[in-house]
Amino acid sequence: MPESPDTIERDAERTDSDSVDRREFLRDLLGACSAAAPVLWWGTVSVPAAAAQGATAGYDPTEHRYGMGIDVRKCIGCARCVVACKTENDVPEEPHFFNTWIERYVIRRDHEVDVDSPNGGIDGFPPIAEPATVRRTFFVPKLCNHCDNPPCVQVCPVGATFITKDGVVLVDEGYCIGCRYCVQACPYGARYIHPEKHVAGKCTFCYHRLVDGLVPACVEVCPTGARIFGEVEERATPLARFMQFNDVQVLKGHLNTKPKAYYANLDGEVR
Amino acid sequence: MPQQVPRLAAVFAVAVIGLFVARSLLVPDTFGDLGHYRAAAIDTIVAHPKEYAGHQECTMCHRPIAEQRAASNHRGVRCEVCHGPAAAHVANPLEIKPAVPRERDLCVLCHAYSPSRPTGFPQIDSVTHNPRMPCAGCHEPHAPEPPVTPRECSACHGQIANQLAVSHHAELNCGTCHEAPKEHRDNPRAVRPTKPAERSFCGTCHAADARSSERIPRIDLRSHGQPYVCWQCHYPHYPEAR
Repeated sequence: MPESPDTIERDAERTDSDSVDRREFLRDLLGACSAAAPVLWWGTVSVPAAAAQGATAGYDPTEHRYGMGIDVRKCIGCARCVVACKTENDVPEEPHFFNTWIERYVIRRDHEVDVDSPNGGIDGFPPIAEPATVRRTFFVPKLCNHCDNPPCVQVCPVGATFITKDGVVLVDEGYCIGCRYCVQACPYGARYIHPEKHVAGKCTFCYHRLVDGLVPACVEVCPTGARIFGEVEERATPLARFMQFNDVQVLKGHLNTKPKAYYANLDGEVR
Repeated sequence: MPQQVPRLAAVFAVAVIGLFVARSLLVPDTFGDLGHYRAAAIDTIVAHPKEYAGHQECTMCHRPIAEQRAASNHRGVRCEVCHGPAAAHVANPLEIKPAVPRERDLCVLCHAYSPSRPTGFPQIDSVTHNPRMPCAGCHEPHAPEPPVTPRECSACHGQIANQLAVSHHAELNCGTCHEAPKEHRDNPRAVRPTKPAERSFCGTCHAADARSSERIPRIDLRSHGQPYVCWQCHYPHYPEAR
């Protein structure tokens, strides 16, 4: 395309610093990209091979499949698990941020159900109002169910939350953008936004303990053995025995989330 | 070749190269190695420091106490439940010592009476139960024993005792209706106390021809509530008749 005389005139009026026209810009950009592309392309291919592969020495995640059993009839509501979890995982001290917490169910004679969990149960539970109207009452420990079909993972727009090969749902704190989709998506209310880090927080089954052969902190400190941790599919584990000899339920099974927190002696009113 | 082809080809080339450049800049390393996430994130999570050492670590040095506890009623209560997180102590045993709680407020976290706790779990009312006395003065925490007192059933069955105390059956002792083998105290879930198996047992007071106070409610055992044992409908610890 021949340049008209007045275009040349207008160009000539500009100073050198702002005289880049569209054609020159595109040409420069093309040049820069072609020069940079081979270097960057080589970088993307070669770097992952050199970096760590998300595994710890001596630990093979494909050999494990974790779940937790909870015997509701053994829980005494002491909330040592809640304290241990907060200590072990640096969960903020203040209320409303819990990886695990204790709910108290009070079912009245008129079928009304009261559920409370003041500060997760850490400070104890206040006396029950109108004790004469109580039909039955019990404690229920709650935590992330580590679903095999986790809605939180499905909705994460950046791939910051994921399920590992051994069946644990984790959050990549370095990559989470704090958009809160997963908090909304979790039907168990098991997620929160960390007030300082501004990323999603949740139960990790104490993954840093599992790879060293330890049990999660809440299981370690449960004084009555209400929490049973182990392999879901292996044969001879405490969890396997628990699931063999108890009537086991999961929470909100109809949502097809396939949870791996298995409750024994669970009341039908528990949601 | 038409004049526009090389230009379009150049534009496409820029777009394709730009895509790869943008992708290499925006997609982090190790993303997609194991799935739709950064594999390196697992390393960060695994590197999290531990606070709780685990009871196996405690047993390595404190074997006598661990064995005493393992044979006691606190066999399921691991060291760090009461002594707190001890990973720092394991790493530096001489300088960092775990807590040794001596106050009443730790024990009552589990042992204060709450109707929501499972019946059979040992519970006390901390206001009336030997106020201000430290628990460890009477109960060895590494080998606690159920108390030997006239009210020993209520030590574990507080909810039943509380209801019974305000019911018409308040004057009956547990032993009137239940036989509790001695082994029940050592192994409460495995060895259970008995319950009345016959309707005639309740009938000794409540049958129409029973020799008991006239103020006690009477029923005709032959027609009333067959074929059930009385406690299958009535709760004897808190009978509904007023």
